[in-house]
Amino acid sequence: MTPLLQVENIAKFYGPRIGCTDVSFDLYPGEVMGIVGESGSGKSTLLNCLAGHLTPDRGVVRFDTRSEGLRDTITMSEPERRMLGRTDWAFVHQHARDGLRMNVSAGGNVGERLMAVNARHYGEIRAEAIDWLGRVEITEDRIDDRPTAFSGGMQQRLQIARNLVTGPRLVFMDEPTGGLDVSVQARLLDLLRGLGREMNLSAIIVTHDLAVVRLLADRLMVMKDGHVIETGLTDQVLDDPQHAYTQLLVSSVLQV
Amino acid sequence: MSDYNFAYLDEQTKRMIRRAILKGLAIPGYQVPFASREMPMPYGWGTGGVQVSAAVLTPDDTFKVIDQGADDTTNAVSIRRFFQKTAGVAVTEATSQASVIQTRHRIPEEDLRADQILVYQVPIPEPLRFLEPSEVETRKMHALEEYGLMHVKLYEDISQHGDIATAYAYPVKVEGRYVMDPSPIPKFDNPKLEMAGIQLFGAGREQRIYAIPPYTQVVSLDFDDYPFQPTKADHACDLCGAQDSYLDELLVDDEGGRMFMCSDTDYCATRRKQGHVGAQGVPYAEDAA
Repeated sequence: MTPLLQVENIAKFYGPRIGCTDVSFDLYPGEVMGIVGESGSGKSTLLNCLAGHLTPDRGVVRFDTRSEGLRDTITMSEPERRMLGRTDWAFVHQHARDGLRMNVSAGGNVGERLMAVNARHYGEIRAEAIDWLGRVEITEDRIDDRPTAFSGGMQQRLQIARNLVTGPRLVFMDEPTGGLDVSVQARLLDLLRGLGREMNLSAIIVTHDLAVVRLLADRLMVMKDGHVIETGLTDQVLDDPQHAYTQLLVSSVLQV
Repeated sequence: MSDYNFAYLDEQTKRMIRRAILKGLAIPGYQVPFASREMPMPYGWGTGGVQVSAAVLTPDDTFKVIDQGADDTTNAVSIRRFFQKTAGVAVTEATSQASVIQTRHRIPEEDLRADQILVYQVPIPEPLRFLEPSEVETRKMHALEEYGLMHVKLYEDISQHGDIATAYAYPVKVEGRYVMDPSPIPKFDNPKLEMAGIQLFGAGREQRIYAIPPYTQVVSLDFDDYPFQPTKADHACDLCGAQDSYLDELLVDDEGGRMFMCSDTDYCATRRKQGHVGAQGVPYAEDAA
């Protein structure tokens, strides 16, 4: 089976400081990979390198494209990479306002990716937008409201709808539940898990919230100071941490 | 002649602007940056158009200026006088006699010929500006032909107003490649963008020049189920009776009285001279203003 994403020895430096280094892994279709670690451990740098927002200084990222099989996304041309970014890839930002157009209605936000791949029939775009808003539990009568009129949780769900509307195969998520209260988080996680199963999505989720990866991720990667210090199945890493830092991380979770 | 260099600008500046114009003509719809000069008028009054006109004028040219279709508004009169004074060129109000026409917000009703140049004053040349504030990003979008966002604007129009409510500065795609802002002309004028004359667009404050060469394909963007429709007031000109020209609506008293008249004053006057009379018009007389 070909991996969907192959990462080999990715490294990114900010001058003399390490962003992340020596990261390698394979991600298979339908698999969800969690990346955890404290602030400044290089999680987001790694995610941005993989998603093409940053150019890594070393290493190879190969993506299994629909037409030509495995392609190096770092050396491919910018138009091709941006095309992937709005078709097969999706990026969910921590702050919904980074991923949404705040001065465009919810329907326009969902429709943008469709129009970016040359959908030119208003009725079809709108029907698709209504369908997707429904899937993320936003009622149809909110379709012409701007995201500024939405609550934080709704904005995040709208961002997810906007990203998934073109049927991507790989979703990058940067702290998708950050800044949301726990009951809203629970609903969002439930939704993400449902959509992921339904669409057979692969995902890479960056978070510092261990509960999120426990629920969503199949595999886990623990990062500290730019290095990967432990990898394994989620339950294995969380229930039987080997590295001292992972043990600290797991024991730091507050028990209610 | 006057103490000014011909057409106000120095020769090196005109050369620089002509280079930008030639590049613009070579890449229809592409916004060419140029080193816009300070002109003796405020930004927004047509500094871009004036610089382009100055660069293309020759002593043999006949110059016409229209502002919203009219030859007799402050802006049109001032710019016409400016070139009369600094270039000594002949000026006219008749579209057919002009070789260079500078315009703000309208295309003349009369079809232009291959030996005529139409110069537009452009306030904001970037059609994507109000959707994407970053210039770096919009230039990348033009370079990579990523124009999905332009349709988001039209989508928003339909979802809010039930129809494409953009009535002016309606985005067009030039020669199947660049999406372009045709300057704030009414969308009624969009079909006329495919013409025999050369069209040059100058944005002074934004420092951009772009162009449409003669007989270039210009397509107004739309949706399959909401096709582009040029619109005008559903009325005939009250002065000359024209059914096919773009109309201004004029309130004539405080009792709801109004009249519609051609926004292209030369077109209207020519028709009245030919004997056409509208519903509220009087027959044309030589000294009547």
